[in-house]
Amino acid sequence: MIPGVDGFMYPNEVELQWSVLIVLYPFVTGLVAGAFILASLERVFKVEAVRPTYRLALLTALSFLLVAPLPLQLHLGHPERSFEMYTTPHRSSAMAMFGFIYLWYLTVVLLLEIWLEYRSDIVRLAQSSKGFPRLVYQALTLGSMNVSPAARAIDDKVGYAVTVIGIPSAFLLHGYVGFIFGSIKANPWWSTPLMPIVFLFSAMVSGIAAVLLLYMASMKLKKWPIDMRCVDTIAKYLFYAFVIAFSLEMLDLIHRTYESDESFRSLDFMVHTRLWYSHVVLQIGVGTLIPLALLAANQLWKFSEAKRRVMYVTACSLTMIGIFAMRWNVVIGGQLFSKSFLGYTTYKVELVTREGLLAAIALMLLPFVIFFVLVKILPPWQETEAHKA
Amino acid sequence: MFTFRAVGVRVGKFFRDSGHLIRPAIVLLAGLGLFMVIRGAVVPKGFGQYGHYRPGALAAIRQHPVVYAGQATCVLCHEEEGKVRATGKHAHVACETCHGPLAKHADDPAANVPTLPAVATLCARCHEKDTAKPKTFPQVVTAEHSGGMACNDCHKPHNPHL
Amino acid sequence: MEITRRDMLSVGGKLLMIASVGATFEQITGAEPPPDTYRMADHWWGMIIDIDKCIGCGNCVRACSDENQVPKDYFRTWVERYEVPEGYVNPRVSSPQGAINGFPPSQQTSLKSFFVPKLCNHCADSPCVQVCPVGATFVSPDGVVLVDKDYCLGCRYCVQACPYGCRYLHPETETVDKCTLCYHRITQGLTTACCENCPTGARQLVDFKDPKDPVHEFLRENKVAVLKPNMATEAKVYYKNLDGSVR
Repeated sequence: MIPGVDGFMYPNEVELQWSVLIVLYPFVTGLVAGAFILASLERVFKVEAVRPTYRLALLTALSFLLVAPLPLQLHLGHPERSFEMYTTPHRSSAMAMFGFIYLWYLTVVLLLEIWLEYRSDIVRLAQSSKGFPRLVYQALTLGSMNVSPAARAIDDKVGYAVTVIGIPSAFLLHGYVGFIFGSIKANPWWSTPLMPIVFLFSAMVSGIAAVLLLYMASMKLKKWPIDMRCVDTIAKYLFYAFVIAFSLEMLDLIHRTYESDESFRSLDFMVHTRLWYSHVVLQIGVGTLIPLALLAANQLWKFSEAKRRVMYVTACSLTMIGIFAMRWNVVIGGQLFSKSFLGYTTYKVELVTREGLLAAIALMLLPFVIFFVLVKILPPWQETEAHKA
Repeated sequence: MFTFRAVGVRVGKFFRDSGHLIRPAIVLLAGLGLFMVIRGAVVPKGFGQYGHYRPGALAAIRQHPVVYAGQATCVLCHEEEGKVRATGKHAHVACETCHGPLAKHADDPAANVPTLPAVATLCARCHEKDTAKPKTFPQVVTAEHSGGMACNDCHKPHNPHL
Repeated sequence: MEITRRDMLSVGGKLLMIASVGATFEQITGAEPPPDTYRMADHWWGMIIDIDKCIGCGNCVRACSDENQVPKDYFRTWVERYEVPEGYVNPRVSSPQGAINGFPPSQQTSLKSFFVPKLCNHCADSPCVQVCPVGATFVSPDGVVLVDKDYCLGCRYCVQACPYGCRYLHPETETVDKCTLCYHRITQGLTTACCENCPTGARQLVDFKDPKDPVHEFLRENKVAVLKPNMATEAKVYYKNLDGSVR
């Protein structure tokens, strides 16, 4: 008997190919896409209430987007060859397009939108700051100091257009991550046309929850009052997105159960044994039903501000756990059963290896470091808001 | 009032106030240009000749050394053994199936002298009784069949008929 | 003139055989290499496997391992033993260390039982090749699915995409590795290491483009199947008398 293996695995299947780092990849890109969609609520859909989080959401998206390719890079057997994805992309490969979609999203959408949004601040800081920061800001102006009202009006129009392009791009970025998994016909746990859209909505859920948490945490740190109208509105959109995400996941589950194809017995057994804790308890119970109930309660009844804050923080934190569990269950769960449907293997997370737990934790902290730096360079809060406080 | 002059002023103003937008576009195009240059330099020669891969890979894989010489090579020297085997039930069992990989021996017979295989495990691998084996295949429960005697006490491996 | 495997095996063409063996012998000995007569366009390789001939000895697994220096606990080919209870959905399958040392004997008589050798199916419409992001794995012009180890990123998307579990990450090169159908042998007139060393002729290398190849008669005369036909990969390893329980 091979340790950790129940039943029969094809001999090469015993070892998992995609580790916890590949769990991070859809989790992180999901946060990017979700945060950007939240930003676009204000910009394109004119939801004025969420204005205080607009810049915050953009910076959140950028922080996570910069980290998104790192787990993939670290996981490769030959990271030094990853540039081949750009030089000789294989058109039939779902994965080959990642580099291009990523660069498109990073440069044409996110960096451009942030630049347009921050231009007047950058120009102001380039003039007012001294020493090294001055050089940084001067570089960031790209040599143009024109922040006349007419120029800013044009920036606003272009920014709007970029956001409009950005929404389908964000959908593409994350829906495409779902397609990487959903298009593998050999793996019945992954292979479903619902996968991109399930990924997309869970991305929106996690991104919105992340921005909400970051906003509340930032206000707490700055000792500024939380704009409850903004938080309530975000929570409302979080609830909507969550309802759709959960419905899609349940649709997938019901469909699988009802169809009961050749893989069903094997997958059903896996969900009831190896994935029970992470799938049923964490993902569906703790990570979905409880936050959904908390958010739904806020749509039905009016609670005091203090209670709402606690409920939102709880709901968002649980949501993050739930979405992470969902990514885990997709990526790791999809490799625990044999493609012969006759056996199961075990995934043991290592601690200090290149693909181990410490690397994963470091990668998960990195976006927050980047976020902290970005907030220093490009403050998301206007001074007037500080005065207001 | 619509005049060409008024339009001219407005267009001029528009370009003055949107001139800064050229800058990120230049940065982007410069990046794109740089990428195209690098790409031209690093794509392997002949890539795509037969399909989306390096044609050189085919030659590289073909260079892997042969380890099993193949029985046609064995019988060039071991003609006698080949003849004996050809008349018996092991006619279709290749030499190296029992004697192990011997391309090196064929290369330099003196320097690479093969050792004889361990009969007990060798014969049993094929002939130990197992219900999964085809019914017509000769198989025995060794313990009952020989009572501890070595297989080649009775059967000659090159022509195993008694 | 080109030397084919069939020429080598034909008993009638004794002279020819010696000539051809001479050629391969020279290659082995590293003497004057013969002119490269191998033309990829003239071949389309595959394999035929007769379940009723397999005795589960594991010679193919050992031969493959020796020929290709397959790392321990990974397999380019392996043998499974099926034990199928009557009316029971899940067969009992085992493959101890890929059957590199054969199987412990089973005396179980109440079950239908047989061996199934497995290897890369060298699919013509290969899902592993489809997903490779950089073109490090490909179907060669003569129909063999190969990996370019000097170009592979080690992303392992192909490992996920293979329905048959035929790929693994080589622990030393950190690139994906798999059955090459002994490409270094078949392109110089030898058969694969596994077929060379199959004592019962249960597995046989075939060339679909050779009109004299036994594969044509094999496919015409027998009930054959490929593994997981629902995957529509156009697998080129055909099994004779494959039981429906085989996954």
